[in-house]
Amino acid sequence: MADRTFPIEGTLDLTPPRAREHTWLETVHEWVTTVDHKKLGILYVVYALFFLLVGGAEALAIRVQLARPDNTFLSPEVYNRFFTMHGTTMVFLVGMPMIFGFANYLVPLMIGARDMAFPRLNAFSFWMTAFGGLMLYYSFLGGSGLYGVGNAPDVGWFAYAPLTARAFSPGNATDYWALALIVSGIGTIGTAINIVATTLAMRCRGMTLLRMPLFVWLNLAVSGLTLVTITPLTAAQIMLLIDRYLGGHFFDTQAGGSAVIWIHFFWIFGHPEVYVLVLPAFAIANEVIPVFSRKAIFGYPAMVAASVGIVFISMGVWAHHMFTIGMTSVSNAFFTLSTMLIAIPTGIKIFNWLATMWGGKIRFATPMLFATAFVFQFLIAGLTGIMLSVAPFDWQLHNSYFVIAHFHYVLVGAILFAIFSGLYYWFPKATGRMLNETLGKWNFWLFVIGFHLTFDTMHFVGLLGMPRSIYTYEPDRGWNHLNMIVSIGAFIQGISILIFAANLVWSLYRGKVAGNDPWDAWTLEWAAASPPPVYNFPIDPAVQSRRPLWDLKHPEDPDWKYE
Amino acid sequence: MSTTTLIPNTVSVPEQPWNPPSRGRVAMYCLIVGESAIFIIFVVAYIYYIGRSLYGPTPKQVLEVPIFNSICLLSSSLTIWFAERSLERNKIKLFGAWWALTLTLGAIFLVGTGIEWHKLIYEKGLTISTNLFGTTFYSLVGLHATHVIFGLIGLSVVLAFALAGKIREEHSERIQVLSLYWHFVDAVWVVVFTVVYILGR
Repeated sequence: MADRTFPIEGTLDLTPPRAREHTWLETVHEWVTTVDHKKLGILYVVYALFFLLVGGAEALAIRVQLARPDNTFLSPEVYNRFFTMHGTTMVFLVGMPMIFGFANYLVPLMIGARDMAFPRLNAFSFWMTAFGGLMLYYSFLGGSGLYGVGNAPDVGWFAYAPLTARAFSPGNATDYWALALIVSGIGTIGTAINIVATTLAMRCRGMTLLRMPLFVWLNLAVSGLTLVTITPLTAAQIMLLIDRYLGGHFFDTQAGGSAVIWIHFFWIFGHPEVYVLVLPAFAIANEVIPVFSRKAIFGYPAMVAASVGIVFISMGVWAHHMFTIGMTSVSNAFFTLSTMLIAIPTGIKIFNWLATMWGGKIRFATPMLFATAFVFQFLIAGLTGIMLSVAPFDWQLHNSYFVIAHFHYVLVGAILFAIFSGLYYWFPKATGRMLNETLGKWNFWLFVIGFHLTFDTMHFVGLLGMPRSIYTYEPDRGWNHLNMIVSIGAFIQGISILIFAANLVWSLYRGKVAGNDPWDAWTLEWAAASPPPVYNFPIDPAVQSRRPLWDLKHPEDPDWKYE
Repeated sequence: MSTTTLIPNTVSVPEQPWNPPSRGRVAMYCLIVGESAIFIIFVVAYIYYIGRSLYGPTPKQVLEVPIFNSICLLSSSLTIWFAERSLERNKIKLFGAWWALTLTLGAIFLVGTGIEWHKLIYEKGLTISTNLFGTTFYSLVGLHATHVIFGLIGLSVVLAFALAGKIREEHSERIQVLSLYWHFVDAVWVVVFTVVYILGR
C-alpha cells in the first residue's frame, strides 16, 4: 500500500470552458442526441418530475371526489381511469425513471468512471422509457381508436384478469396499458444491465467491491433485482396481449385458463418492484445521513449484507398480496413468515442509520430533514407492513384504505421523502447552484404536515371499513370528516410540491453558487467540478478507502489506516 | 477549496493488478438472467396448464417429438465452441467454417419448427386460439423460436464480417460474448423440449 495520498493541483486547467451561446435548436438537438450519462440522468429526473405533477393532479382529482359523500365531481368511469393512471404513472413513470435518473447520474461519478459501460444503450433505454410513458398517456386520446371520446385504462394498476379480457374491456385502452409497460420495461431492463455492467467493470483503480459507496452497492442490488422483476411482468403482458389479440386462453376461465395465475404473475413482479423502488431510497439515505451527521456510516458490511438479503427474500413474498383469494394454510403460513423475515434486514438498516446519527454533529439542512423524516416514516410503514403480513389480520383489512395508507407510507413517506433529500443534496452537483434553503424548509414542513394529515388519517378510514377503489360513499358511514381531512392533507402536499417546483426553477438561475463540494462530503462525485465536465475526471482517480475525499482532506488520519 | 478540483490519486503506488471483469460478458450474463426469468414464467404457465384444456386436440394426438431438430440445435453449441477455439488460436479459416456450420444447424432447426407448425395448423387443426394447449404451446415454442431468430441474425452478421475478412484474433472476446447467447438459446431448448415433448405428452 502507498503510505500517502495527495491531490494533484494546478496540473491541469480544470475550469470548464465558458459555454458557447447555443441557439434554441442546437440545445434541443444536443439533449435529444446525447449519450452522456449526466445529461441522461437529468432527462430521467425531469421526465419523472413532470409525471409526478401529472400523477399528483390525478390524485388531487380523486381526493376532491372523495372529500364529501355522494360527490359528483368525477363520474364512476373517469374515477376508475384516474386511479388506474395514478398508480401506473407513479410506479412506472415517476418511481422507476427517478431512481434510474439518480443511478445514471451518480454511479459513474461515484466509482470514478467517465461514463456508463454502454452509453448508447443508455440513451436507447431512456427513450424507450420516455415513449412508453407517452404511449400510456396517448390512450386518453386514442384509447377507443380515436373515434369519439378517448378513454384511459380503467382496470386498476394490477389489472386483474378476467377484467382485462376483450369482453369486459373493449376498446384499445388496456392494450395501450400493456404495450406501454412492455416498451418502458425494455428500457428498464437495458438500464439495469447497464448499471450492473458499469459497477462491475468500470470501477477506478482501488475501488474494490467493499470500498464502493453504499449508494452504488444498493443500485447494483436493485439492478440485479430489476432483471428478474420486470421480466415476469413483460412475460405476463405478452400473455395478456396474446389473449386479447390472438384469441389465446391464458386467463380465459371458460377454456380452462386461470385468472389466479395472472394475480400470481403480477405480484411476482409487483412485490419485488416495491423493493426496486425503496432500495434506491435507502441508497440516498446512506449517503445523506453520514455526511450530515459528520460520521462514517455505521456498519457498512451489515448494510451491504442486509441489502443483498432483502433482494433475495423479496422474491419469495409475493403471495402476501393474495391471502384473500383462498390459498392453502401452508401457503398462507409460508408467505406470512417470509414477509416477516424481511423485517430483519430492514431493521438492521434502521438501526444502522440511527447509530450513524447517534453522537454525530448533525446539521439539519434540507437534505437531512428529509432523510430524518424518511427514517421515521419508513419505520411506521414497515410496522404496518408486518401487521398486514399476518394472514388473519389481512383478511380483515385487505382492499381497505388501511392497505392504501400502508403502501403510500412506503411510496410517499419513505421513497418520495428520500428522493427529495437526494434532489436537495445533489442539485448543486448537477447545476452548480444550491437550492434555496428557506423555500426548502417550507417545502419540507408543508410536506410533512400534509403527508401525516393524509396518510395517518387514511389508516383510520381503513380500520372503519372503507374499501379501496370506490368512487363515492354514503353519508351515514362515519367516514365523512376523516375523508375531508385526508383531502385537505393532499392539497397541502400539492402546495408543497409546487413550492419545490418554484424552488427548482428559481435556484437554477438565482441560487447561491455551490462550488465543488458544498456539503464537505467524502465520495468521489464531489471531487469533480460542479457541474462535472463531459469527461467527469481529467485524470482517472484511484482510491484507497471508502471515503477517498476524507483521505484527501485529512492526510494525517486517513480512513485506509483502519480498513 | 471552492474552486480547486481535487482528484484523489495515488502516486508511488506500486502497480497492483487491477482487472475488473469484461463489461460485455457481464452485460450478456445479465441479459441471460433477465431472459431466463421470462422463460421461467412461460414454462411455469405451460406446466400449470398441462392437461387443463377443456377440449382437444391434446398433445398426445398431435405432437411428434422433433428429435432431428433437437440434435441439430444442440450440436450447434458444440460447433460454435469449436469456432471460438479456432479464433483463439488464430485459425481464421477454420473459424469461418465452424461458424457457417453453426449457422446452418440453427437455420435447419428453425425450418424444422416451421414445418412442424405448418403441419399442426393445416393438417391437425391446432392454432393458438384452438384451445389452452394451443395457446401455451405456440407461445412457449414461439418465444424460443424468436430467440433463435435473434441469435441467427447475430450469427449472420458475424459470418458476413468473416466472409469480408474483417474478423481477427482480437475479436475473440466479442465473439465469445455472442456465443454465450447462443449457448443460452440451446440450453433453453433442453428445458422447453423436456417440458413440451416429454412432460406435456
